[in-house]
Amino acid sequence: MRVQRLLSDSDKTLTTEEVELTLIDPLIQKYKGKKGSLIPLLQGVQAVYGYIPRAAFERLAAETGLTLSDMYGVATFYAQFRLSPVGKHIIKVCHGTACHVQGADSISTALKEALKINDGETTPDKLFTLETVACLGCCSLAPVMMVGDETYGKLTGSSAVKIIKEIKIKETQGKD
Amino acid sequence: MADTKVIVGLGSCGIAAGANKVYNKLKALKDAENLNFELAKTSCIGMCFREPLVEVVDEHGSMIYGDVDEDKAIEIIQQHVLGHNPIKEYVVKTDLFATPDQSYFDGQVKIALRNCGYIDPENIHEYEARGGYHALRKIAVEQIAPEQIIQTIIDSGLRGRGGGGFPTGMKWRFARANQSNEKYIICNADEGDPGAFMDRSLLEGDPHAVIEGMIIGAYAIGATEGVIYCRAEYPLAIKRLNIALAQAREHGYLGKNIMGIQEFNLDIYIKEGAGAFVCGEETALMASIEGKRGMPTKRPPFPAEKGLWQKPSNINNVETFANVPYIVANGAESYNKYGTEKSKGTKVFALTGKIKHGGLVEVPMGTPLRDIIYRLGGGIQNDKKFKAVQLGGPSGGCIPEHLIDIQVDYEQVTATGAIMGSGGMVVMDETTCMVDVARFFLDFTQKESCGKCTFCRIGTKRMLEILTRITEGEGQEGDIEKLEELALQVKESSLCGLGQTAPNPVLTTIKYFRHEYEAHIRDKKCPAHSCKKLLTYQIDPNKCTGCTVCAVKCPVKAIDGQRKQVHHINQDICIRCGDCYNSCRFDAITKS
Repeated sequence: MRVQRLLSDSDKTLTTEEVELTLIDPLIQKYKGKKGSLIPLLQGVQAVYGYIPRAAFERLAAETGLTLSDMYGVATFYAQFRLSPVGKHIIKVCHGTACHVQGADSISTALKEALKINDGETTPDKLFTLETVACLGCCSLAPVMMVGDETYGKLTGSSAVKIIKEIKIKETQGKD
Repeated sequence: MADTKVIVGLGSCGIAAGANKVYNKLKALKDAENLNFELAKTSCIGMCFREPLVEVVDEHGSMIYGDVDEDKAIEIIQQHVLGHNPIKEYVVKTDLFATPDQSYFDGQVKIALRNCGYIDPENIHEYEARGGYHALRKIAVEQIAPEQIIQTIIDSGLRGRGGGGFPTGMKWRFARANQSNEKYIICNADEGDPGAFMDRSLLEGDPHAVIEGMIIGAYAIGATEGVIYCRAEYPLAIKRLNIALAQAREHGYLGKNIMGIQEFNLDIYIKEGAGAFVCGEETALMASIEGKRGMPTKRPPFPAEKGLWQKPSNINNVETFANVPYIVANGAESYNKYGTEKSKGTKVFALTGKIKHGGLVEVPMGTPLRDIIYRLGGGIQNDKKFKAVQLGGPSGGCIPEHLIDIQVDYEQVTATGAIMGSGGMVVMDETTCMVDVARFFLDFTQKESCGKCTFCRIGTKRMLEILTRITEGEGQEGDIEKLEELALQVKESSLCGLGQTAPNPVLTTIKYFRHEYEAHIRDKKCPAHSCKKLLTYQIDPNKCTGCTVCAVKCPVKAIDGQRKQVHHINQDICIRCGDCYNSCRFDAITKS
């Protein structure tokens, strides 16, 4: 069961971040009063903030009449929803069957070592979030990972780490 | 009008392999030098192992180039398009001469995939030009009654391609029989099986075929509204579906009094799934559309009676719908002439894993498994030894080498303990550990269990714990028997297909590879040298030349040593990824 998606104590402090709630007003107007709109609403909120902040849940409850318990139940049931902020780049390592037999575990392990974070966590500099996904559907390129919208195939542990390092170098150069 | 057409395959796999870069390069080249050729897009051609693919069509015919990068693309334009001199060694498919990859297409029959790779999926006219919406027009012109459509589908022998294998026509008949002013037709595009991408390729490559299938289904059962429940992880499929739906509305294939058929009103909208494997189960899928947690409910009542919003509903899979227009346009015989006695027509498979030619294939039901793996698939990567093929994903099982001569149809696959499933076919070789494969699937189903049924929720968890300890060398005598007992209980005490089939990967691997379980438990050894806790990599000092390649490749810097001196692996740091083993050119690294 997906109980591991419940927040750890450290995550709870993060979710009190202040967010601009008016950003979701158009979304609420679009779906208000329509049946079956809970999931599209949550998807829309996540598209705005990258995750679903606590304050957004409360705003949705106040504006649409959906109950907090229903929304929280749905948000913790589906893999797509996040309850804590994510890094700028989301790394999705595919752990589908084809990737698994081609060594996806090694890719994850190498990335965890390189980024010093665990699956589902974000680096302290907020650059990367590491996630495991079930299947990206590019099985013939296994093992595969996605960083943002870009897909990288036929990886090895070292090539995966290299890709991440290159992104990091670009990011730090951009700041100078 | 240019006489030469250059078509780039832009499906998800192709894009991941770099097809967008190739397309942009070609476009830049064409614009910069004002070249006289037509540049076009298509989707998945099916030869994933040769992506990116570029097709050149001229007065001589068609040639498909494989493994194209930006440099090769320029070469192709210069030599073939401008110089009329095809680069034969890059060609992977053509009717003009034999290519080394020709065997990949021998024996394939493309019905569901009939347009994939041939049309621009974002252009309705290209679909129409290849016979698209012809079936719907035929229904309107010949005034074919809904009952007659259902009979044609029954006669064709089409069975649910999502995995269930229930006769589609029968399902439609039940849905038609229930009277209601609201009725739903739903397309299950929540392809959740890890290792399967048939539905994604179809939706990306030929969205109108699925939509036309749904419109015909709606006409047959009397549906008033259609929903496509598609994974949010398939953004390109969703984008192309939205374009196709808008075009279908514009052309009057959706809307009121469709094609002049009185009282036939239908619109279809897309619902994005939020990521839950259990939503492949039809009652869970409908709960999810309603905005609830995707938890299955007891049947009866069946969806045909009380489905979405408590109204009669009918759910079919993407591939099932894609077959429908073909069958209606060409007659039941055009479909049931393929296949075996009880399994008619063709089936699309996603051929992946340790196979040379991985990709999307469509073969008649009853094709020998050996043909699919060795003739189409070209055999095992690096000429290793074939061990097993996994069919049906987390609900399926592993078919071992001694059963490779079975014919792939519903009956023979089920007899092995696996299931046909939606079409994921993952090939495994001697380096794949079967206990680890079972653990992998249990890890998946355990996480994806919705938690409603106790045996599925807790039973899969206990099974996973046992499997994990076996793969870590902590297995105990009696573990195999415990797994078998739990498997039976989970199967019998779960409400939905997820729990009822979750133990299949464990049961089939115990059935065919019991010796591998025993080696882990008794000898604390992994015969495939795959389980990391039972594995150490070492450098043979007699063979190591000190070339430093392994030290450079090691992602965690576990290897040290000076240039031209024997290297050494620090076992405390080593993550056993095997990168050093694969990169050493002197066979100096050993696994034990």
